[in-house]
Amino acid sequence: MSELSHRPAGAVAGAPVAHESARLHATGTAVYTDDLAATRRDVLTAWPVTSTHAHARVRLDVAPALEVPGVVHVLTAADVPGVNDAGAKGDEPLFPDEAQYHGHALVWVLGETAEAARLGAAAVGVEYDELASIVTVEEAIAAGSFQGIAPTVRRGDTASALASAPHVFEGVSVVGGQEHFYLETHASFAHVDSEGQVFIESSTQHPSETQEIVAHVLGVPNHRVTVQSLRLGGGFGGKEMQPHGLAAVAALGAVRTGRPVRLRLTRAQDMTMTGKRHPFHATWRAGFADDGRILALEATLTSNGGWSLDLSDPVLGRALCHVDNAYWIPDLEVHGRIARTNITSQTAFRGFGGPQGMFVIEDILGRVAPLLGIDPAELRERNLYRPGQTTPYGMEVRHAERIGAAWSQVLEGSEFARRRDEIAAANAADPDVKRGLAITPVKFGISFTFTAYNQAGALVHVYRDGSVLVNHGGTELGQGLHTKMLQVAATALGVPLAQVRLAPTRTDKVPNTSATAASSGADLNGAAVKDACDQIIARLRPVAANVLGIDPADVRFEDGRVHGGDPDVSVLFGELAATAYAERVQLFAAGYYRTEGLGWDPATMTGTPFKYFACGVAASEVEVDGFTGATRLRRVDIVHDVGDSLSPLIDLGQVEGAFMQGVGWLTLEELRWDDSDGPGRGRLLTPSASTYKLPSFSELPDDLNVHFLERAHEDGAIYGSKAVGEPPFMLAFSVREAIREAVAAFGPPGHSVELAAPSTPEAVFWAIEAAREAGRAVTPVSTRATDAAGDSVATDAGAVGAVGALAGGPTDAASRAAHAGHASAER
Amino acid sequence: MDIVVTVNGRPRDASGIAAHTTALDWLRSLGLTGAKEGCAEGECGACAVLLATPDSDGGTEWTAVNACLMPAAALDGQEVVTAEGLGTPEHMHPVQAALAEAGGSQCGYCTPGFACSMAAEFYRARASRGTSDGADAAASVRTSADGGNGAAAGASDAHTTEPFDLHALSGNLCRCTGYRPIRDAALGIDTTPAVGDALAERRTRPAPAARATRLAGDGGRFVRPETLDEALALLHVEPDAIAIAGCTDWGVEANLRGRRAPLAIAIDRLDELRGFDEDDAGIDLGAALTLTEVERRLAGRVPLLAALFPQFASPLIRNRATLGGNLGTASPIGDAPPALLALEARLVLASPDGEREVDLADYFTGYRETVRRPGELIRTIRIPRPTANLTAFHKVAKRRYDDISSVAVAFAIDLDEERGTVASARIGLGGVAATPIRARATEAALVGREWTDETVREAASVLGGEGTPMDDHRASAAYRSAMLERSLLRLHRRSAREGVPA
Repeated sequence: MSELSHRPAGAVAGAPVAHESARLHATGTAVYTDDLAATRRDVLTAWPVTSTHAHARVRLDVAPALEVPGVVHVLTAADVPGVNDAGAKGDEPLFPDEAQYHGHALVWVLGETAEAARLGAAAVGVEYDELASIVTVEEAIAAGSFQGIAPTVRRGDTASALASAPHVFEGVSVVGGQEHFYLETHASFAHVDSEGQVFIESSTQHPSETQEIVAHVLGVPNHRVTVQSLRLGGGFGGKEMQPHGLAAVAALGAVRTGRPVRLRLTRAQDMTMTGKRHPFHATWRAGFADDGRILALEATLTSNGGWSLDLSDPVLGRALCHVDNAYWIPDLEVHGRIARTNITSQTAFRGFGGPQGMFVIEDILGRVAPLLGIDPAELRERNLYRPGQTTPYGMEVRHAERIGAAWSQVLEGSEFARRRDEIAAANAADPDVKRGLAITPVKFGISFTFTAYNQAGALVHVYRDGSVLVNHGGTELGQGLHTKMLQVAATALGVPLAQVRLAPTRTDKVPNTSATAASSGADLNGAAVKDACDQIIARLRPVAANVLGIDPADVRFEDGRVHGGDPDVSVLFGELAATAYAERVQLFAAGYYRTEGLGWDPATMTGTPFKYFACGVAASEVEVDGFTGATRLRRVDIVHDVGDSLSPLIDLGQVEGAFMQGVGWLTLEELRWDDSDGPGRGRLLTPSASTYKLPSFSELPDDLNVHFLERAHEDGAIYGSKAVGEPPFMLAFSVREAIREAVAAFGPPGHSVELAAPSTPEAVFWAIEAAREAGRAVTPVSTRATDAAGDSVATDAGAVGAVGALAGGPTDAASRAAHAGHASAER
Repeated sequence: MDIVVTVNGRPRDASGIAAHTTALDWLRSLGLTGAKEGCAEGECGACAVLLATPDSDGGTEWTAVNACLMPAAALDGQEVVTAEGLGTPEHMHPVQAALAEAGGSQCGYCTPGFACSMAAEFYRARASRGTSDGADAAASVRTSADGGNGAAAGASDAHTTEPFDLHALSGNLCRCTGYRPIRDAALGIDTTPAVGDALAERRTRPAPAARATRLAGDGGRFVRPETLDEALALLHVEPDAIAIAGCTDWGVEANLRGRRAPLAIAIDRLDELRGFDEDDAGIDLGAALTLTEVERRLAGRVPLLAALFPQFASPLIRNRATLGGNLGTASPIGDAPPALLALEARLVLASPDGEREVDLADYFTGYRETVRRPGELIRTIRIPRPTANLTAFHKVAKRRYDDISSVAVAFAIDLDEERGTVASARIGLGGVAATPIRARATEAALVGREWTDETVREAASVLGGEGTPMDDHRASAAYRSAMLERSLLRLHRRSAREGVPA
């Protein structure tokens, strides 16, 4: 066992403690970025003028805004002393002369009040020279409008494998994007201090990059700019890249006016201006053996990246590395590309392309199982990775047996077989309401695929009274990172939790930090915090040995006392700190960590991009109303792998919350853009909480059982734990597959269900209608259905064609169901 | 004129606010930043606070409301409690302690709003007007409770502890937890209000009376008149004035679309609009009663409305929204009109010239247009009796709780059980035309026919052709039509399964 993963007896790490700010949250006293404005004087508010066209040259007349009472200044490109760009890739002009999407901020008005700034923004004159625009992936493909990388993951000889496969299916799978809908919209608060330092409070997941972009917009060195991230009201990836330009606007305003500037997007602004999860479009061909083993997969994934590159490259890369999900696919060739369109620039969102990649294989398995005549649960289980196998990009699937263990545990714990029988009986008796029960796995790679990000720093101070102050490079988004870091520091120093305080994340304490993203926050920062603590302990050990009169190797630090095995003969940690100070021993340390063992070649898309995999399995039962298509989640059983949990209550919250967010993505949350040729082309049609529905209490399953996989120690990770932020999101596929099974129960045996994503009530309704039509048409062609399932013909009709064949030709409902899939992703 | 609001027990001077300043922005400007803006349209509940409102027998109820939709001026003379006023990190309120300990907060941004919604339900469910002595909580919830208003002691049965109703939280969104820990926190609260719980004690005294308010400023004026006549006179001379009750619609217009009224007239506390009268001929509902008040007062006696209310927005909205407002804005996707159409409701419209009564079916004339003249107010909604024996409210939406209808269908069908025929049928539809409509052709296809599969199938296909549904971001036209058709089949299936109530 590595030193990093060894957890001492009685460790604070592993205790089920509440979120470190829980009391502040509940009493309304936790402070978020925009809360600061209420207590400061002379604060100006920034308000954007946004484009009302999808693509146009713009000319602005800001003079009328300056006539509006309370308007102080209008920030334009002329105000920028440095570089007029807010993107990490240099493709995001902060004050553009060409609007790239409907909602693109053109200039910003500074007002004495939000009302004045808003009215000033309304007064700015904008002339548009319209340019051709692209909104959907289909339009981008037709126009050849792409950006960024076009990678391929390849193993074996896919063409030959498909040619010789007994069953080959092909199809199109389309999945919609997702709005982060963090409850706290983007916020920045900037002022220039007495020493000329530009100090920015920002709701950012990536303070160092925010700092860097603010500095280059202002044309100053990084050391002139400090960014603090107090705590975020949710991030989910949406505040990894998107805060930079907003922070730069606030900072620029503060520099130009000498007054504090606050910027908080309204919900409508946040939804229309900032990036979201990438919608994906995939075409695929998949070959199967008679027994259901996947033989080969060929696919092309196209993401809708929006108007700029942002994080589209690594999101696509991760999607390609997760098309296999938890399944062994011997021959595989998957291409990826990024559409460039005139909509919001899509960005990181929990899972970071992983969900979209897995969507492809889960959609394939769900669609072909009836055509192969194999139970979907059986089909999935037969294809799970076994120990010794490697991913298509050549990385060993270490601990592959844990996937199978979790699978068995879920089957057993959920009484899967018994409930399947009950459901079949209930479905046979009820023509109106059908239930479905499905089980799906998750295997998710942990580490940034951008290798340089796999490092972290921390700064730990022990004061003379023994109290401890921890700074680290990660940000608190609600995921409980600070709680875990407190537990790590308390464990490493052997003090009670209450003796450690955590200070807000800021760039002048720990520099050059990585984004708090990729589920890596605890792994990276935890190791850095522990490194700092270990250094301090190493310095304290001889002091303690001297005080206690024992051998340095025998000194123990436990629960705030320092002793040699007998706690009755001990000194308090605080006493030891005072002694060490008097002896001129350094009581603070900078910790550092970098993940070892990574090796990734982005050119060939091969190597070891991940430190390890996190896995999990979920079984979900749904009920589908045949009248409306409405679905209800009845019961969910999850076994998820968090290693040896650092903080079980926090980890449970992550698993449940991620799962429900995934359920939202797949069943409810629908982004629609106007893709007509009308005057509103490119406009987001769902820019509000009333038009874009997230899960509410009504989506919580009646029965939600979450267990952690046991004996899951992760050697080489902080105290044996595993990353948890993203992987459970993808457990929600079990819900979509359960809906598919319930829909199938409305149709004849062997009916392959195509289901749009998100599977909204309307989408489900059309899928039910298609199933019913297949049932009405099935009698004359039932033998063909049997053939398709059992006959070892060289090539089946293909999944899409097969639906038509079974139903006696493409039907209204079937084409509507398929159309709904496209519509939901792209409109 | 001074505007003074009691916040967390302390009078705060609100002079200097604009007429359009929201309660949320004003509270935050005081440094009470616990209430957050999450959506500014009453959908997320992050801004929830507690408002002291009159209960049904002269005491006070702590009612959770969305502060983002209320004008701060509407709080003049009122009492508000925010999350900061419920408890402190050192001395948390029981609902706060439950949330904190159960893992009910992650990012914490929605948590103060949840705490307020939970507290409202805590004080409602634990409706004892007295407080627990801690030694015998079970007995103490029956503490005598005449609350200083002389209410009959016989009403004390209502003062036992009811279970926590999770629907109280359906207007609060959380993006982090997935709700399970919040549910468990809510269901796990087993304490009654402690001795010295000021908010529990406050319930025993009357709620603050409405206070006549006049606020003038650059951005428009706000007036709370004392009488209906005064309100009507104001509306008569200033036809551009906006009458606001719960402000759950106008608040959205103001916040999301930046609309500003030259004059807003608050009518929600006018006694003339808050009547509740019931006899054999029908029920008269005051147009400014909140939906929550109507639901409680009716107590299920109009089953179609009982089916409607839980599906109408969220409790945070229903605690402020009124039937008058829902009919006044005349949205084609309002949920009350289809139900009231099916109930053959009539409206009493008041103006300085007197009153007139119109059939709701004649009320809507076009998209958000009605026969209501400028300066006229809806005073009363009249529901005739008897009501039909087979009623249902089918709301089709993306989300089960708190969503806007794609389609809403209300049925009021009288079955002649002896003959097995449809004696009368009234069907109200929402979301399928520029106004709420009656499904007249479908009604005709049902009346006098036998209530059989065949009749219903034929009538359902007629229903599927009613209205002129559109494609939009909520649903396609085809789906809307299909939902109309299926709704009658669904009703028939239910009546076959459950039998028809006499």
